[in-house]
Amino acid sequence: MSVALAAMLAKIGLWVAVLLAVTPVMAWVERRGSAMIQDRLGPNRVGPLGLLQALADAVKFLFKEDLTPSAADKPLYYLAPALAVVPALTTFVVLPFGPEIEVGGETVKLLVADVESGVLLFLALASLGVYTLVLAGYSSNNKYSLLGSVRAAAQMISYELALTLSVVAALVPVGSFRLDEVVLYQVEGTWLGFLPHWNVFPQFLGFLIFLVAAFAETNRLPFDLPEAESELVAGYHTEYSSMKFALFFMGEYMAMATLSALAATLFFGGWHFPGIDYTGHWAIVALKGFSVLFAKVAAFMLLFVWVRWTFPRFRFDQLLRLGWKVLLPLAILNLVVIAALTIGGVL
Amino acid sequence: MEIVVFLLFALLALASAVVVVSHRNPVYSVMSLVVTLLSLAALFVLLGAPLLAALQVLVYTGAILVLFLFVIMLLNVGRETPSGGTGRGQKIGALVTAAAFGLVVISLLWGRFVGIEMPALTVEYVALKPLARTLLSKYLLVFEMAGLLLLAAVIAATVLARKVGKSRGETV
Amino acid sequence: MANYLPILVFILVAVLFLAASLIAARLLRDAGMGRTNREPYECGNEPETLALDHRFSIRYYLIAVLFVIFDVETVFLFPWAVMFDQLALFGFIEMMIFIAILVVGYIYVWKRGALNWA
Repeated sequence: MSVALAAMLAKIGLWVAVLLAVTPVMAWVERRGSAMIQDRLGPNRVGPLGLLQALADAVKFLFKEDLTPSAADKPLYYLAPALAVVPALTTFVVLPFGPEIEVGGETVKLLVADVESGVLLFLALASLGVYTLVLAGYSSNNKYSLLGSVRAAAQMISYELALTLSVVAALVPVGSFRLDEVVLYQVEGTWLGFLPHWNVFPQFLGFLIFLVAAFAETNRLPFDLPEAESELVAGYHTEYSSMKFALFFMGEYMAMATLSALAATLFFGGWHFPGIDYTGHWAIVALKGFSVLFAKVAAFMLLFVWVRWTFPRFRFDQLLRLGWKVLLPLAILNLVVIAALTIGGVL
Repeated sequence: MEIVVFLLFALLALASAVVVVSHRNPVYSVMSLVVTLLSLAALFVLLGAPLLAALQVLVYTGAILVLFLFVIMLLNVGRETPSGGTGRGQKIGALVTAAAFGLVVISLLWGRFVGIEMPALTVEYVALKPLARTLLSKYLLVFEMAGLLLLAAVIAATVLARKVGKSRGETV
Repeated sequence: MANYLPILVFILVAVLFLAASLIAARLLRDAGMGRTNREPYECGNEPETLALDHRFSIRYYLIAVLFVIFDVETVFLFPWAVMFDQLALFGFIEMMIFIAILVVGYIYVWKRGALNWA
């Protein structure tokens, strides 16, 4: 087996293993984290610190009634949860987790698919997430589901514009869609002589727009209207049980991980951290790069949890006003300013 | 290897396109159209045009077909059982489309027959950066006109929605 | 081209995982018994109508249309962003004109009140 093929399989294996572990780990973090914020204990009976709770939950999901409502449109009803997971999982193929390494005399890039359209592919896959919401609501043939899904879809597309514009602004000084080149741009040099050359410093506004839009895109509080339990029971996945419900759950955490990883890569230097030496044996370099990226993604995930248990929910008209009348003009302004600064040679 | 991938996606595109026009439920038609467009995106990648592929997914499947689904859910045409048979308008539409398609094929073959050189769309032309450069320099005027066209679309959509909303007793 | 193959492999792995988990759930537990159990959930009431018998506000449609139009405009920005260093000032000016046209449309929509929900 050639080095290239082995490397590709190893990279795919690594991502799949890590991504499948995200949901159980995050389920534990969210439950314990929310308990901590609300001064409770949270699940602490299964295993040390309740760490095996996620495993118990998974078993429970498997043994729940696998209900299909009689009014449901069966094929679409099964398709919706599948679409929640696959696109979000696939976005990770364009994400770099380390510098180029030398293995057995061959250069290996630490990302699964080294393609020219990097970020575009990422956004294109992420934009498919809206089908999950629409199909789940339509196929369930339940009023709560349908209302939740139309709301969710309207919310998602409203914030996608601002998200896309902030991503374009981050690409302007780099001049490439490749995320590995976006990271390399942030590795070289410093801002003002002491700050790392990360995009977040000149583009703090862009980062804020991205962050708010990311919260809306993942339907997390304060933007969780699609599943506002006080009015819509559980929104678009009201009629789902057993493993199909678990897949929606998984899809939500996947989408969070996806956007966290994109934020870390576009604005916080991806696998780079100042002071870390990325030379030496390839395995050590890869491990360092992956750990740094992992830490950054984990920090964003914790922020998601923290925000969820801190803020109240928006109303639907407030949500749309924020998306269309605040974030969108700010995102356009941000793009124009960044382009002007780049032309002026500042960035 | 390449031919296998091509055949796979070409057949997928054709099969799903047949489902689009033949299925009774419009939601299934839209979902089949999603499959068609994703297969076409894969074919664009095979042709060495990744920008087209990504934009195809981003614009068509990520935006336009979502609008289609919205319209279907909004007017709940999904619940209506078609009365069976094809309307006269549908027949005329099908004929016009077939004629237009035939005209394109014939003119392409005719051009080759009488020896008109048609420059092939090579990778040097459709790859990401060359395509971007051509669009923003050679076709600059067309590019800006596309902007004006979109402006007209914005205004038209707003006016029409307001009209429909008023007739339904809603204020938009 | 070969660079895109890992994506297909990745999608295949994801689909296999999905199929395995859904089939396992189906094999381990039955599909739920009884007519009432499978009725659409409506907080315990018997549903009088189905969800798809109802229509939606036109505003959702308007949001979707506006999204499509502005999404197409933002998509045009992508080729510009990667060619930015080569097009320099000329590219900057042409894109400012494009964005200005976009903003005109945006202001029109705002003034007509199409962005108001209530």
